[in-house]
Amino acid sequence: MYFYNVNELYRAMSPSVPLQEMIRAIRSARTQCEERGVIQRECAAIRAQFRQADNGGRSHNLAKLLYVHMLGYPAHFGQMECVRMIASPRYSEKRVGYLGAMMLLDEKQDASLLITNSIKNDLSHSNQYVQSLALCTLACMGSAEMCRDLAPEIDRLLRASNSYIKKKAALCAVHIVRKVHDLGELFVPAARSLLAEKNHGVLHGAVVLIIELCERNPETLERFRKTVPDLVQIMKGLVLSGYSPEHDVAGISDPFLQVRILRLLRILGRNNEGASDAMNDLLAQVATNTDSTKTVGNAVLYETVLTVLDIKSESGLRVLAVNILGRFLLNNDRNIRYIAMTSLQKIVGTDHNAVQRHRGTIVDCLKDQDASVKRRALELSLALVSASNIRSMMKELLLFLSSCPAELKAHAASGIFNAAERYAPSQRWHIDTILHVLTTAGGDVRDETVPNLIQLITNASELHCYTVHKLYRALLTDISQQSLVQVACWCIGEYGDLLLRGECQETEAVQVTEDDVLDALETVLQSHMSSPATRGFALTATMKLSTRITDNVDRIRSIVSIYGSCIDVELQQRAVEYNALFKKYDHMRAAVLERMPVIEKNSSGHTNGETTGEAIKDIQPAKVKQGELLLPPQPANQVCDLLDLLGGSDETLQPSPAVGAPVPGLLINTASIAGGDLLDLLGVLEPAPLAPVLTAPTVPVYEKDGVTLTLSCEKQSDTGLTVTLTASNSTESDISSFTLQAAVPKSVQLHMKAPSGDSLPARGTAKVTQMVVLNNPNKVSLKMRVRISYTSQGSAFQDTVQIDSFPGLDAAGQ
Amino acid sequence: MQFMLLFSRQGKLRLQKWYVPLSDREKKKITRELVQTVLARKPKMCSFLEWRDLKIVYKRYASLYFCCAIEDQDNELITLEIIHRYVELLDKYFGSVCELDIIFNFEKAYFILDEFLLGGEAQETSKKNVLKAIEQADLLQENLDFQMRLFAGRQRSRDATQRAGGNRPDINTVHSIIIIHVPHTHILHLPAAVRSR
Repeated sequence: MYFYNVNELYRAMSPSVPLQEMIRAIRSARTQCEERGVIQRECAAIRAQFRQADNGGRSHNLAKLLYVHMLGYPAHFGQMECVRMIASPRYSEKRVGYLGAMMLLDEKQDASLLITNSIKNDLSHSNQYVQSLALCTLACMGSAEMCRDLAPEIDRLLRASNSYIKKKAALCAVHIVRKVHDLGELFVPAARSLLAEKNHGVLHGAVVLIIELCERNPETLERFRKTVPDLVQIMKGLVLSGYSPEHDVAGISDPFLQVRILRLLRILGRNNEGASDAMNDLLAQVATNTDSTKTVGNAVLYETVLTVLDIKSESGLRVLAVNILGRFLLNNDRNIRYIAMTSLQKIVGTDHNAVQRHRGTIVDCLKDQDASVKRRALELSLALVSASNIRSMMKELLLFLSSCPAELKAHAASGIFNAAERYAPSQRWHIDTILHVLTTAGGDVRDETVPNLIQLITNASELHCYTVHKLYRALLTDISQQSLVQVACWCIGEYGDLLLRGECQETEAVQVTEDDVLDALETVLQSHMSSPATRGFALTATMKLSTRITDNVDRIRSIVSIYGSCIDVELQQRAVEYNALFKKYDHMRAAVLERMPVIEKNSSGHTNGETTGEAIKDIQPAKVKQGELLLPPQPANQVCDLLDLLGGSDETLQPSPAVGAPVPGLLINTASIAGGDLLDLLGVLEPAPLAPVLTAPTVPVYEKDGVTLTLSCEKQSDTGLTVTLTASNSTESDISSFTLQAAVPKSVQLHMKAPSGDSLPARGTAKVTQMVVLNNPNKVSLKMRVRISYTSQGSAFQDTVQIDSFPGLDAAGQ
Repeated sequence: MQFMLLFSRQGKLRLQKWYVPLSDREKKKITRELVQTVLARKPKMCSFLEWRDLKIVYKRYASLYFCCAIEDQDNELITLEIIHRYVELLDKYFGSVCELDIIFNFEKAYFILDEFLLGGEAQETSKKNVLKAIEQADLLQENLDFQMRLFAGRQRSRDATQRAGGNRPDINTVHSIIIIHVPHTHILHLPAAVRSR
């Protein structure tokens, strides 16, 4: 051209002296205060200039203001000047004016509406660079209103203009569609025809527009699916063509356009066999021929892989794609490794085996320096854990946990717990793993870890000795991790006798004296690191030891009485109750502090009545277990006669998640009533048990399709019970052949009396009653399964309902 | 792309281009937080990070950080290429661009960006075409268009007489024409190197 290159022209151009002088002045300010002073002076001058009539330096003034704005100072007084400049006939002023509009005005400002007209005019300007300014501004900050106004103009430009304008109009249309979804329809025909253009810029814009249209409207997507062959042609041209200097980037011809087309193909091929088939060969070609030594080649390969994995590609192609990801994993460039793991994460569910092959590399990435890479590696590793690799994977994960950044610790800990729970090869391994996590990241685990672990420990009865030894040792080393300390205290309290016995098969024995154990617990009690909850655990554990040790009971007594005046209310209450246990209820102490029973997994406060679907025969053993759980161990039951009186309120008898609470819970109930005198207790509780005996309430037990069944029962004797079932029909049509059948647990005897009838007229005008006499000599927990069969409107119906609780009886069936 | 930020190693903003509507306060907040996050990263770390619900792609060129926020479905690697292409354009335009060029000619940096990206997407994939467009726009700004057309007429007739081995157009002649006919009262600061050719 006239200058050898654009740089020469740039250097030949007149610099904006006023602007550059101001910038120099601002930069030479040595303090923030000085800078503010300079800027205030300049802004005042600019404001004065704005008020004056048109002079040659308007664009410089606005440029100065924009610089000041970029430094973070307020510049809203320039908004109207932008509007004025945009309307100026001079290109230099328009250029800066539009730039100002993009920087100072956004769709939330009122002034932005004022430029709509200018934009409209400039869109049809004779000079394409002016048109370009308008298009750029509209695409950058056009509000929904402006978009609606100007959409027809843009459509016109999409069809009839030169390539320079067409490519900009296409992207402007993208912005319009994003702002006003309905306008997408308007651009569909133009977008379609643009695909036939040769100019790369226009093609690129067209593909972006089509992607936007297809993503927003499934119908449009259907229509554009026909373009797949054309797109494949274009891609082929790019991939196979020789060197084209204009678009070449490190040997790839126009990678930007390639990536876009691949993305559009992905959208069109998703969930569609035909389209996926049509692009299969092309994708294979791109995957194999693209040079992967530079980032740009990898960018294209990455997009190809994403497309292959998302469409209905044939298995060979999928394998190829996963292999590419595998190669990425080994790449030296950290960015590529990160990308690979992100993609593998997406397919780990569907192509699990393929991803498993790269497990080793992924696990290595756990040791990477970069936090983003670490996070990705962690997620992938957790997804790849399986029964066969659990031991080796857990080793790596635990290693990772000890050195991972703080923000990942919680996620890693919970992931490890989940994996351990699903695939633990043995209970001891499981317990060891959890202990390891608690030691390294105890502060970041969730609250339910403690009860979960305790439940696990109680279930592993043969490991009690081993567990308590290990926990004791952990307690001696470090008492700062609260969850660990809590579990340790609980175990020592529970299994202290095993600890003191000294022998243990699984781990080397340590001679522990009673004083040692009590010292450890006292350290926890007194340490400022222990939370109130932890202290509670420690105190209860100390108390429990009073029945498990022989020599130092006095020491325990003194500890407990000291805490009777502790400031912490919870601790004080516990101490007072334990004191009472020592003094007045010493005969009960052994029974109350007995070993806890095995805790059921899903016993989180609700009734253990979910036995639906089981045969009636199965109810029997389940109920036995339930009986065990609902009531404290037998000795305690006999001793605590008062507990029977508490039979009306079931809640205290059921196990709760706060382990260790049930037993003290009972004590709280008794002791919290002023002083804990037996007689007072009887006096307070007397009214409660009477209530259930008085009436025989009726409860609905079944309601479906208009048929209702209610139940009431009456105790005839210690073991005898009469149950009355009443059925009614609220539908519009009569029901005939209505029969009821009942089944009960094995030891219970059942006798069904004759029903009052077998037809239920419509709209509940008459009912059917059925009496069932039950005899429960073994006093098992009562359950009844009732089968209902009837005919309605010519078709037969049958249904079953299980009745677990009978009104007027407690859960134990008494 | 949702936005692009250029900032120095001291955290000073050199360019900000927003493609989503946000209030000034929100923009400042995002800028502050993002700049802090990126500057805290060590040199060998990944160029990608997840921040809020966006993907951030950044790269450092000399003393300037180029930082883009892209959406979930965008290709991170090609965004790195976009950043690189923009740097190449700046380099070609300013001639071995450095941070000072962008500071003192920030409006030009914006004009170049606006010829390369539109509404957050690449509009022209050919480097040559972007530079040509900038050149033409710059010429328009300097109001040299009229002069160029005048010169083009004379040059074409000269070329017809001089064939192979013909000299390059005489730069001095071009400049002398400009100096005579420029309507505005700007004085062209011609670099000495150009003048002496």
